[in-house]
Amino acid sequence: MSSSASHRNTRPELGISGSLDVGVWPWRLASLAIAAIVAAPILIVFAAWLGPATETWPHLVNTVLPGLLRNTLVLILGVGSGVFLLGVGLAWLTTMCEFPGRRFFEWALMLPLAIPAYVLAFVVVGLFDYSGPVQGTMRDWFGSSSWFPSVRSEGGVILVMTLAFYPYVYMLARTAFMGQGRNVLDTGRVLGLSPWASFLRISLPMARPAIAAGIALALMETLADFGAVSIFNYDTFTTAIYKAWFGFFDLAAAAQLASLLLLFVAVALVVEKQMRGRARYEVTGKLVNEPRFHLIGWRAAGASLTAGIVMLVAFIIPVAKLAMWAWESALSDLDMRYFRFFFNTLFLGTLAAGLTAFAAVLLAYTYRLRPEHLTRAAIRFATLGYALPGSVLAVGIMLSFVWLDQQISNTALAVFDVKLTQVLTGSLLALLLAYVVRFMAVAYGPVDSAFERIKPSLLQAARSLGASNWQILWRVSIPMLRAGMFSAALLVFVEVMKEMPATLLLRPFGWDTLATRIFEMTAEGEWERAALPALTLVLAGLIPVVMLVRRSNSRWA
Amino acid sequence: MKVWLTSILTLLVWMTGFLVPAQAADELVVYSARNEQLVRPLFDAYTRASGTSIRFITDKAGPLMQRLKAEGANTPADLLITVDAGNLWRAAEEGVLQPVKSAVLSKNIPAHLRDPGNQWFGLSVRARTIVYSTVRVKPSELSTYEDLASAKWKKRLCLRTSKKVYNQSLVATMIARLGEEKTDEVIRGWVANLATDVFSNDTSLMQAIEAGQCDVGIVNTYYYGRLKKKQPNLDVALFWPNQETSGVHVNVSGAGVTRYAKHRDSAVKFLEWLSTPPAQKILAESNMEYPANPQVKPDPLVASWGSFKQDTLNVSNAGKLQSSAVMLMDRTGYR
Repeated sequence: MSSSASHRNTRPELGISGSLDVGVWPWRLASLAIAAIVAAPILIVFAAWLGPATETWPHLVNTVLPGLLRNTLVLILGVGSGVFLLGVGLAWLTTMCEFPGRRFFEWALMLPLAIPAYVLAFVVVGLFDYSGPVQGTMRDWFGSSSWFPSVRSEGGVILVMTLAFYPYVYMLARTAFMGQGRNVLDTGRVLGLSPWASFLRISLPMARPAIAAGIALALMETLADFGAVSIFNYDTFTTAIYKAWFGFFDLAAAAQLASLLLLFVAVALVVEKQMRGRARYEVTGKLVNEPRFHLIGWRAAGASLTAGIVMLVAFIIPVAKLAMWAWESALSDLDMRYFRFFFNTLFLGTLAAGLTAFAAVLLAYTYRLRPEHLTRAAIRFATLGYALPGSVLAVGIMLSFVWLDQQISNTALAVFDVKLTQVLTGSLLALLLAYVVRFMAVAYGPVDSAFERIKPSLLQAARSLGASNWQILWRVSIPMLRAGMFSAALLVFVEVMKEMPATLLLRPFGWDTLATRIFEMTAEGEWERAALPALTLVLAGLIPVVMLVRRSNSRWA
Repeated sequence: MKVWLTSILTLLVWMTGFLVPAQAADELVVYSARNEQLVRPLFDAYTRASGTSIRFITDKAGPLMQRLKAEGANTPADLLITVDAGNLWRAAEEGVLQPVKSAVLSKNIPAHLRDPGNQWFGLSVRARTIVYSTVRVKPSELSTYEDLASAKWKKRLCLRTSKKVYNQSLVATMIARLGEEKTDEVIRGWVANLATDVFSNDTSLMQAIEAGQCDVGIVNTYYYGRLKKKQPNLDVALFWPNQETSGVHVNVSGAGVTRYAKHRDSAVKFLEWLSTPPAQKILAESNMEYPANPQVKPDPLVASWGSFKQDTLNVSNAGKLQSSAVMLMDRTGYR
C-alpha cells in the first residue's frame, strides 16, 4: 500500500498528497463553501430559465439580436488581438529589453488600469467627434473635416477598449516573463535561436497561462461593459440584456440572455484550457533578469515611441482632460466629504483585495492538494460571474443575500426567539462579500497561473519531509506565489475602486465612495462634474500601482 | 490565536447589521434614483423644518425596485424617489408602492402628473422639446415633433439614442395619441432624416448642432439650460412644438410611499411637503426643471424661455406603452 502510494506520488496530477488523504477535507470544505457563495448569484441568473418565456425573446431575435451578435464577435476579436499585441509586446519590451525610458514605462504602463473604460471613452469621443476640438480645428484650417474618420465607429470602440484593458495582459505577462528569467532564453540562444525566435518559441509559450488569464479578464470585462459601448452607441449583447431589463421591464429575459453570455464564456475558457493540453509550466533554476537585450538605433526609438504613444493616449490625455474639468468644478464641489469618499474607497478596496486574494489562494491550493473534477468545476463556475453585466450580477448577489437574511432571521426566531430584520443586506460585510463574488475571477487568474509555475515536486518534497498542509501553504507556496498574489490583490483593489453597480445597490447608508460620486454626476449627464471624483479615483489608484512596481522590482531585479 | 479569533469575530459583528441602532420614530429611509446632489438639499431642508432625519441610498431605478421587491416586508425603505414616469408606473405594477389618499397632494399636483391609482406623484416636470440652430433654421419652419419626419429635414436631424428612457417615453405618448401605424411612419421619417448616428446624450447632440453637423434635434430643456449657462452665446435655441395640437411632451420625476413602509404617516407627511412651494422651489432651482405645482414659478432662466402648453395626457402612459415604443423603435431601425 505504502509503496504504491509513494510511486503514485511522483505524478503531479494526483496533487501534493498523492493518493494519501492527509487532512484534505477541511480545505475542500472551505473551498466548496467559498465557491458556493460565489456561485449562488450566478445560479440565480441561470434560474431565470425556470420562469415562463416572454414576448421579449421573439422580438429581440427578429429585430436587433443578429446585428448585436455580429458586433459582439467583432469586438471580442478586435479587443482580443489588440490587448494581446499591446499587452504582451509592451511586457516583453519592458522586462527583457533595455531602451530609453524603460524604467519609467515599466510601471507607468500599468497606470491606465486606474482609468475606467467609460471615462476613457467619454474623453476620446469628446475630443475626436465632429463637434470636438480636433475636428473643429481641422475645419478652421481646411474648411472641412469630412475626411476625418468617424470616432463613433467599430474601430473607435475597439481602440478605446484595447487601451483600457491591455494592462491586464501587460501585468500578468510581465510577471510571467520576470519569473522566467534570462537563463531559459540563454539556453535557447546557446541552441542557436535568434532573440526573436527565442521569444516566440520559448518565452511566449511558457507565459501562456498568464497571457491567457490576462486576455480572459480583458474579454470578460469587454463583454460585461455597458458604459463605454453606450458612449460609442455601439450595440453589443450586453445592450440587449439592458434593453430587456430597462426597456421591456423584463428582468427574467435579461437574466436568460445573460446566462447565454456566461455559457459562451465558459465554452471559450474550456476550449483554451483544452488547447493547452497537458503542457505544464513550472519554472526551474535560478531567476536572473540581467542583462537585458540592449536596443539601439531605430529599434530603441521605436520602443520608446510606442510605449510613449500608448501612455499618452491611454493615460496622459484623459487625465489632463479630467484635470481641466475638475479644476472648473472643484471650487463648488470639493468639500470635506471627499476625505470620507477617499477613505471609504481605500478601506473597501484594501479589505476586499485581501479577502479575495486570500480566498483565491485557498481555492487554488485546495486544488493542488487534491486535483478533483468537482473542485475544479466549482471554481470554474464561480469565476464566470466576471463576464456578467455589473447590474445583473449585483441584483443576483442582492437576491442571494436577502435569501440568506431570511434564513438567519427564521433561525433566530425559532432558536433564540429573537426578531431580526436584516443582518446581512445593507451591511458592510455584505458589500465586502459582494466584491469577493464579483472579482474572484480577477484574483483567481493570477494566483492560479502563479501556482502553475511551481513544480509540484517541490511541494511533494515538503510533504515527504513531514510538512502539514498549512505549512506547505505558508512556508513553501506563498513565498513563491508572492508576485502572483500581489498582482491579484492589486487588480482587485483597482477593480473595487471603480466598481459601481454592486457598491450602489449594497452599500450601507452613508458609505459613499468615489465611484458612487461618479455615478451621481453622470446619472444626469454632468460629465464635467464627474471629473473631480474620477481624478481622485485615478490618484488613489496610483498608490497600489506604485507599491506593486516597487515590490516586484525589489524582488526580481 | 485566541486574540486573533476574538478580533476577527468582533470585526465581523461590527460589519453586520446586528449593531445598527434601531430606527428612531422621527426618521425616514429613502431609496432614490434621483441623484444625491438633487435630493440632498430637499432632505436637509425638510430636516430643518420638521426635525425628521432622513437616511438614503441612491442607485438606478431598476436595481432599487428589485431590492424593494426582494426585501419585501423587511425593507427599511419608506419612500421611493425616481425619475421618469415609466419607472414610477413600473414600481406600482411590481407592487412595491401603496396608495396614498391626500387632499394636499391632489390639490398641489395636477391630475396628469400623478398615478390615477394614487401610488405615486410627479414632483418636477421635465419638458422634452425641439432645439434648432439659430444660424440655419428660422423658427417659422418648425411646427411639431411629427413634422421632423418630413423630407425638408433630410440630413439635418440629430437624435439621441432610443435606449434612453426619455425618447422611449416620447414615442410611447405618441403611440397613445396617434396609434402605432402613424407613429411608425413618423419614426421611420426621423431615422431617414438623421444627419449622423444617434448620440449618447443630449449635450453632445446640441454641440453637434452648434458645430454644424445638423440643424434640429430633440432634448430635455434642463440640458439646454446647463449648456447655455456655460456658453452664453450658444447659437442654439428652444422651440415649443405641437402648440396647436397636443402640447409639449413632459415627463416627471416623482415619489411614492413603499408598500411596507415602517413610518407610513411620516412618509406621507414628507411627500405632501415635497408638493408645497418651499420644496417645489428647491426642486425647480436645483436642476432647472419645471415645478409640478403650478403655483410655483420656475427658475428665472427657465422662465425666460417662455411658457408653453404641455401635453396633458397622463404621464403613466409612458410606462404602459414603453415596451410597445421600444419594439416600434427596434422595428424602424431607430438605434
